[in-house]
Amino acid sequence: MATIKLDSVFRAYTIDGAPLPVLEDITFEVLTGGVVAVVGPNGSGKSTLLRLIAGLLPADRGQITIDGRSVGDADQRVGLVFQEPRLLPWRKVIDNVAFPLELVGVAAAERRERARSLLDLVGVAAFADAYPQQLSGGMRQRAAIARALARNPEVLLLDEPFSALDALTRERFDMELLDLWQRIGATVVVVTHSISEAVFLADEVVVLSARPGRVTARIPVPLPRPRTPQIYEAPAFARAAAEIRARLAGTPTEDADAEAAAAPVRDVLERAGAPAWFDPFGGSGTGA
Amino acid sequence: MSAAVRPVRGRFLRSTALPIVLAAVVFALVWKAVVVIGNFPTFILPPPEMVAGRLVDAWLAGTMTPHVIATLSEIGWGFLVGGSLGVLIGYLLARSPLAERLLSPYLVAAQATPILALAPLLVLWLGTGLAAKVVICALIVFFPVVIATIVGIRSVDGRLLELGRSLRATRWQVVRHLEFPAALPQILGGMRVGATLAVIGAIVGEWAGADRGLGYLINLSRSSLFDIPLMFATLVTIAAIGVLLYLAVVLVERALVGSWR
Repeated sequence: MATIKLDSVFRAYTIDGAPLPVLEDITFEVLTGGVVAVVGPNGSGKSTLLRLIAGLLPADRGQITIDGRSVGDADQRVGLVFQEPRLLPWRKVIDNVAFPLELVGVAAAERRERARSLLDLVGVAAFADAYPQQLSGGMRQRAAIARALARNPEVLLLDEPFSALDALTRERFDMELLDLWQRIGATVVVVTHSISEAVFLADEVVVLSARPGRVTARIPVPLPRPRTPQIYEAPAFARAAAEIRARLAGTPTEDADAEAAAAPVRDVLERAGAPAWFDPFGGSGTGA
Repeated sequence: MSAAVRPVRGRFLRSTALPIVLAAVVFALVWKAVVVIGNFPTFILPPPEMVAGRLVDAWLAGTMTPHVIATLSEIGWGFLVGGSLGVLIGYLLARSPLAERLLSPYLVAAQATPILALAPLLVLWLGTGLAAKVVICALIVFFPVVIATIVGIRSVDGRLLELGRSLRATRWQVVRHLEFPAALPQILGGMRVGATLAVIGAIVGEWAGADRGLGYLINLSRSSLFDIPLMFATLVTIAAIGVLLYLAVVLVERALVGSWR
């Protein structure tokens, strides 16, 4: 069980010797077993924020703690689901899910058994012995979620996990995700582009401004759990969504504008030797 | 298991082995036509059936066996040494810009120096035994493997490395579970080229000085024995070894990366 706390977190990238702030003064918390969604325009540093909580990047200033203990380098209390499945194409699905256990020396039979039950949990058991390329995008992302759960993390971080899926599939997956969280009881932070997804999943939605990302609002979602597709019609759902939309619109958040603003910086990043796949400004613009 | 393997083997026979047999048949027919039309004497160009007969004789009489064994062991050791060094140093060069800057001039210079010119020197230093041939083979196999490894390791998706970091994989685990498997298709491509070059290396080494081996047998049958059909039979054997080695690498490739590529 884990409470995540971020206190005045600041992070910048250094470009041509000058710091470019990406996240400024980020403060929020996620209570044990709670779900917080982070929404924001392109360039608000959402992916960077997840990497800070996961301990893949250090914060320049401020504090990030899980249960009062500072987040360490690649903190093992955290399971991370990337925007793409990142499965190893040369491993069968089951061995991909077992991979985190293999790295820490769990015996073959034991880790396969655990992987199989995780695949069962995410509904991919039928594809355990297939290779990732043989699966649909959605099935792959489910397998990636199973992998993130392999070491029993107390915290689950998801970076736009279903952004590549169509709206209908995504709604179905969101349902299943909620069901899954209920059962494993992890504390969850999910980054998303989609306002309705954020409201549907979260207890609280953190709205970030355009670069540098600041928390412009923390909007509670007063909807009961377990959630069903009916809540899309609930007045409270519409109110929360409208408020988030208003907050996002308060800053110049038109995707096109943000894209235009981010482009020169992205060029500089590339020249500075930042790897092309790492895009703190969120390249793929799949809106709500 | 065997049920799953059999269709693959069937496909292998049809897609790889059959074209080779066909190519050999066509080659023999053209060869025969050239001999008939040109009316060449057997000491210039013996007809294919004579060479085939001589080949069978030489194998039955045991003339061929020691030479084939000698050449194969030179190729085997040379490929092993050159291939492993190629992968090791290729990895180092791919991951360390300093190592690349320091070592690549030597690599390019070594590659640009004709192995033909280097072979007599190596035989002079290392003697006419196995060692000189292994070094020559290794040198010639090394280059394509090192280049393929550099390209393969450099093109490993950085996202996979971030995955490894998020799982706290050790340096060695990253190499073994992420970088090496990801680069394997390219590395095997380099080894495919290396396998055929290894044959050339062994023959060149034997020409520079040897008392056995197929290269030595060619020299012997041409100059001392003046047995031109035997010389051709040896050539055929060398070509067959090259083709078989290439096929062996292709089979290894299929076994290792065929299921996911």
